[in-house]
Amino acid sequence: MHVSIAPHMRRAESVQTIMISVIIALVPAFAGSLYYFGVRSLFLVCASIIGSVGTEWLVNAALKKPRTIKDASALITGVLLAFTLPPDLSPWMATLGGMFAIGVVKTAFGGLGNNFLNPALAGRAFLTVSYPAAMTHWSAPLNGTLSGFPWNVEGLTSATPLAYFKHAALSGNYHPLVFKNALANLFWGNCGGCIGETSALLLLLGACFLWYKRIIGFSIPFLFIGTVFLGFWVTSGTGRFFSTQALIAPLYQVLSGGLMLGALFMAGDPATSPITLPGKAFFGFGCGLLTLIFRKFGGYPEGVCYAILLMNCAAPLIDRGTRPRIFGEVKTRE
Amino acid sequence: MFGRFGFRGGIFPRLHKERTEGLAIERLAAPPRVVLHMAQHIGSPAIPIVKRGDRVLIGQTVGEAAGMLSSPVHSPVSGTVASIGAFAHPSGMHGTAIEIENDLAEASAEKILFDKPWKESAPGEILQIIASAGIVGMGGGAFPTHVKLSPPSHKPVDTLIINGVECEPFSTADHRLMVEKIEEILSGSLMIKKILAAKTVYFAIGSHNAEAIRVVSAALNDPKFKDISLSALKTKYPMGSEKQLVYSLTKRTVPRKGTPVDAGCMVQNVATARAVHLAVSEGIPLFERVVTVSGPAIRSPKNLWVKVGTPLRFVLEQCAMDPAIAKKIVTGGAMTGMAQSELDAPVLKSTAAILAFGGDGPPASYNCISCGACVRACPMRLVPSRLAKFVNKNLIADARSQGVVDCIECGSCAYVCPAKINLVHFMKLGKYWVDKQQKEPEVRSGHDR
Repeated sequence: MHVSIAPHMRRAESVQTIMISVIIALVPAFAGSLYYFGVRSLFLVCASIIGSVGTEWLVNAALKKPRTIKDASALITGVLLAFTLPPDLSPWMATLGGMFAIGVVKTAFGGLGNNFLNPALAGRAFLTVSYPAAMTHWSAPLNGTLSGFPWNVEGLTSATPLAYFKHAALSGNYHPLVFKNALANLFWGNCGGCIGETSALLLLLGACFLWYKRIIGFSIPFLFIGTVFLGFWVTSGTGRFFSTQALIAPLYQVLSGGLMLGALFMAGDPATSPITLPGKAFFGFGCGLLTLIFRKFGGYPEGVCYAILLMNCAAPLIDRGTRPRIFGEVKTRE
Repeated sequence: MFGRFGFRGGIFPRLHKERTEGLAIERLAAPPRVVLHMAQHIGSPAIPIVKRGDRVLIGQTVGEAAGMLSSPVHSPVSGTVASIGAFAHPSGMHGTAIEIENDLAEASAEKILFDKPWKESAPGEILQIIASAGIVGMGGGAFPTHVKLSPPSHKPVDTLIINGVECEPFSTADHRLMVEKIEEILSGSLMIKKILAAKTVYFAIGSHNAEAIRVVSAALNDPKFKDISLSALKTKYPMGSEKQLVYSLTKRTVPRKGTPVDAGCMVQNVATARAVHLAVSEGIPLFERVVTVSGPAIRSPKNLWVKVGTPLRFVLEQCAMDPAIAKKIVTGGAMTGMAQSELDAPVLKSTAAILAFGGDGPPASYNCISCGACVRACPMRLVPSRLAKFVNKNLIADARSQGVVDCIECGSCAYVCPAKINLVHFMKLGKYWVDKQQKEPEVRSGHDR
């Protein structure tokens, strides 16, 4: 007879079912990347998966540990890493990124749950530092333009929407109607950028599925995106807050540069974000604040990747500071 | 923040009560032998006062209380004492027990009745009857009731809560007791109220139990029960847990190292209240109880009157346990119960349910992914994943300072954990090592990895 400790009922959800749900949530964005960038994205995704899953398998085999690839977390890391890569990247670089993400950031620290940095983002940071030119070379989607604008600006064929926006803001070239069309393109995904991050709509679809399944919470994504939006909104420079003029900058910032991907799928990674609800809220706010600072005052038009990585480092400290008060505790915490 | 559910945390498992909630309590066939453990309660085990070969009658005291925190044991059958020795106990260990061969004559010992109505007796006299009747907490805690009903005089109790919530899945023993024996329960509640000199009496029932709510509110129309008020609480596990129940009903918080008495409240299970009534009004000591037998591997689930000491094997046979499916037998409850290794172990005074499960055994556990589900589920507002990690790495002092001893072992955390980590195991281990290190500070915790 089986003898095991209480409780004798468990809920059906497991790590595996959670991972499968996340993969399903990423399928719309993957389909979008195929549509907008063609077969290049397929190669990138496959190369990245080979790097991540392969490395995990190799490390498990070499260290004679149980095989963990069946929990699908390495697969997700591979897919998410690929989504943050520019479409023209050589696939072997994606494999290298996957190897770093899993080999160094995850397995070297003890595997699932023990990493202190988001593996996909750490892999991307590794690639950006190692191959800066390749990682910042963008090309237009198959049926659209790089910036989402209906035309290509001379001399700026390598600009992403954010870089273009910065240029337009500096040169004072604000044309609301044009920007509105561009925003629509940004929302659908018809613009330049990394292969998985372009379409806000498809990412939101996936996130809605995860919200329905109660796998991701609301605090991190909403606070992250909300902080960036609010930050750009109140500093838009125009006096009237509810004008189109004032809303263009925040909307543009929110819809481009990997913010949606980062806020919905990367920042909420449970192993690297705080475990309590107030902790998660602060984490989301911190990510948003850092992204805001990087984009506004830094030279780097993107900022999401490093903002999340920095907050990952702060997560244990946030956890310590947001310990819940034990039921029955009357005055001060021990 | 606490919303309509009364307390934060908790879970909503499938209750599976539809299997047995409509079944009236049947009387289990007389068992051929009973095994009466001396340690059926918190405190010192009772001391046997019969010897091998003695003839005993129903209700006769066979084990007397040993000290302040103890309780006597009475025979539920008439027959002959077959042996006194070490027998399997549902806790997994062995303990001294008296084995009695049932002569099936159903001969009762003389009942000792009050010579005057209980309402005119002093609380002390009623407590005496409760003590000699061997009544212990029948919700599962098995704390000697006469001790619980004697709080220190500087901690008066003004609120009595009769706990009919029964939030554990599968269990319907209290449900049927409320539907069928409500007058006796309410009478017992009034007796307890008199002993405590309480001012308010709440009768707590879970919202999943519409039938009991109907029956109890009808019964409370009787003017002699006017001091008792019905409280239907929206069901959430573990609403029946004392601290959560006290908070939900009175908004008072039981302090960390305390009991409900520190908040001026006391919680008593409905079966305990009925046992008090039987002892005081009819002179019947505690030797039988209602047990729900259910679970996926039981072909005919039932609610049964079971005599204390009936071997589990006998009860399960009467309920057509399917041996092909049954892999795990649990006594107590699905969330907090003990899995059994020997079916010769008997039913105790505190065994509320016997459940038979199938399945492949406990699932393999993964690494903790820090998803936070356990933090959301914990009704004591602990961080179970972190406590488990501390215990796992021998950081007992850290575990203690972050509240491992506050864990009520309800199982909510392990229920929700997607990595299937045995969190309750680590809590129990942590508590054990905290206790041990407090008594023997030099001992290093042996949980070395």
